[in-house]
Amino acid sequence: MLSVANHSVAIVLAIIFLAPLVFIGLTALMTRQQALSTRLWPHPFNWANFRDVFHIFPLWRYGLNSLLYAGLSTVGVVVSSVPVAYALSRLRWRGREAALVVVLATLMLPAQVTVVPLYVIFSKLHWIGSLKPLIVPAFFGDAFSIFLLRQFFLTIPNELSDAARVDGAGEFQIMMRVVVPLAKAGIAAVALFQFLFAWNDFFNPLVFSGSNPKSLTLAVGLAQLVESEQVHLGVLWNIEMAASVLFMLPVILLFFLAQRVFIEGVTLTGVKG
Amino acid sequence: MTTAVGRPATDARPLPRKSRRRWRRRGVVLAFMSPWVIGFAVFYLFPMLATLYYSFTSYDSFSSPHWIGFTNYRFMFTKDPQFWEALRNTIWMILVLVPLQVVFAIGCATVLNRVKRGVGVYRTIFFLPTMVPVVAAVLGFVFLLNPNGPIDHVAGLLHLPQPVWFQDPKWSKPGLVLLGLWSVGNTMIIFLAALLDVPRQLYEAADIEGANAWQRFRYVTLPLISPVIFFAVVTGVIYGFQYFTEGYIAAGGQGSLGNPQGSLLFYPVWLYEQGFTAFHLGYASAMSWMLFLATLLCTLILIRTSRRWVHYQGALR
Repeated sequence: MLSVANHSVAIVLAIIFLAPLVFIGLTALMTRQQALSTRLWPHPFNWANFRDVFHIFPLWRYGLNSLLYAGLSTVGVVVSSVPVAYALSRLRWRGREAALVVVLATLMLPAQVTVVPLYVIFSKLHWIGSLKPLIVPAFFGDAFSIFLLRQFFLTIPNELSDAARVDGAGEFQIMMRVVVPLAKAGIAAVALFQFLFAWNDFFNPLVFSGSNPKSLTLAVGLAQLVESEQVHLGVLWNIEMAASVLFMLPVILLFFLAQRVFIEGVTLTGVKG
Repeated sequence: MTTAVGRPATDARPLPRKSRRRWRRRGVVLAFMSPWVIGFAVFYLFPMLATLYYSFTSYDSFSSPHWIGFTNYRFMFTKDPQFWEALRNTIWMILVLVPLQVVFAIGCATVLNRVKRGVGVYRTIFFLPTMVPVVAAVLGFVFLLNPNGPIDHVAGLLHLPQPVWFQDPKWSKPGLVLLGLWSVGNTMIIFLAALLDVPRQLYEAADIEGANAWQRFRYVTLPLISPVIFFAVVTGVIYGFQYFTEGYIAAGGQGSLGNPQGSLLFYPVWLYEQGFTAFHLGYASAMSWMLFLATLLCTLILIRTSRRWVHYQGALR
């Protein structure tokens, strides 16, 4: 009895969670007129939306920019955060705990607090309107990733590093040969989170792209499509939804491919909270 | 204990060598920490101080900043009605969304924890909306809740109220609350892990004492998941102060920030408008320092009060 009740609640919730995605997907397949009506099911299925969306705005270019931002910033965050997390978990030194507190404190700092001087710096470097303001800072460590990697590194037994030390290995070698291979799950989680963060990020690309159409990411490009559409064409729900579907598809695929890494990573962020 | 440093136990070594080794040791630590040390200085410390300086100046990024004392702050508190409106909207969002998200996340996690078969499938479905990029999710909800849209249609069939959501200042923020609940997955997963950690024996003991379902939840589950509630509230409040993208997109973008009628003018949206469309960088800096102080104050208050209601198992903390 109880199990039936639990399942019915779970099914109702599942429908509530899925319904918006289903409606978005169906609308992406409607003609413009259908999308403006109260109709719920496309008739006929207008697959041409997924072709037209490429004509209406430069989806390839925006997609490439999003991929560059997400891909390169992920490389940067992993390469720079691993050694920092190593020093904060596997080296002993005075001031280590204090340094960790400072790292964690930057986590609660709103992006809006530092954005004005960064904008000034980047505009003096003539970086506004390029992807550099989004990518370069990623190579100087990311507080959230450092914290998450530290949690992973702490679970690796010290005996392994000590054995390598006895064999005369330096700290860099120990990090690369002992710790990194054993923390693959953690590194994968950090890489996934950063990739997603960058793919979804709206505030930073909005401020730093300087409305240069060549360096817009999908998130900002999509927002601009909606704005210009209101001015010039009137609302095109079907095209908007088709573009949204194409925008979310890569990350949803990524989620299905790496669901375990994901769920474990999310869980770990909360455990030591 | 000292083995981690890798120092041999022989104390007979001459002092210079020992201190040279200690310096090398510090060099190693510094080398490993260097990305973050540089990053902290360039991307956090310097900008924080520069913002503080700019906040006392009039600055438009084209000419150099010139000192005007507390004028920006005085203007903010006495002559800028939009500052107060933006602050009110942001506080409204935090006070409504954060508690609802926590309750809804605990609810979903409890359902997942009770379902015996098919947990994996349900968990995937509940978590899926969290994967949708914010911009796409907001555009989706603006469409779903439009007066001819699917939700309106379904609500009509069920004889439920049919507000015009993002065109009505009374319903625009509730519309975003729905979106916030839809993408609650991260919090839900953390609660699920916490629920799975509650020792079975405690429930058995409660059953022997004759506790009903509510008492079991109130006196066993709730205290044991309180650290996670605390975590969810703190991160929710910090994120709430930065709530930007949803308000920006749902209002219709750059040209119509805050629409309808200022109801979606959140604090960071007004800061963005001041800083990056009007280029009042001095004023935006003053706003950003107030944002920082507000976040800091709320976090400290939460940490202070947490001692009264957060129970850490054992003597860990």
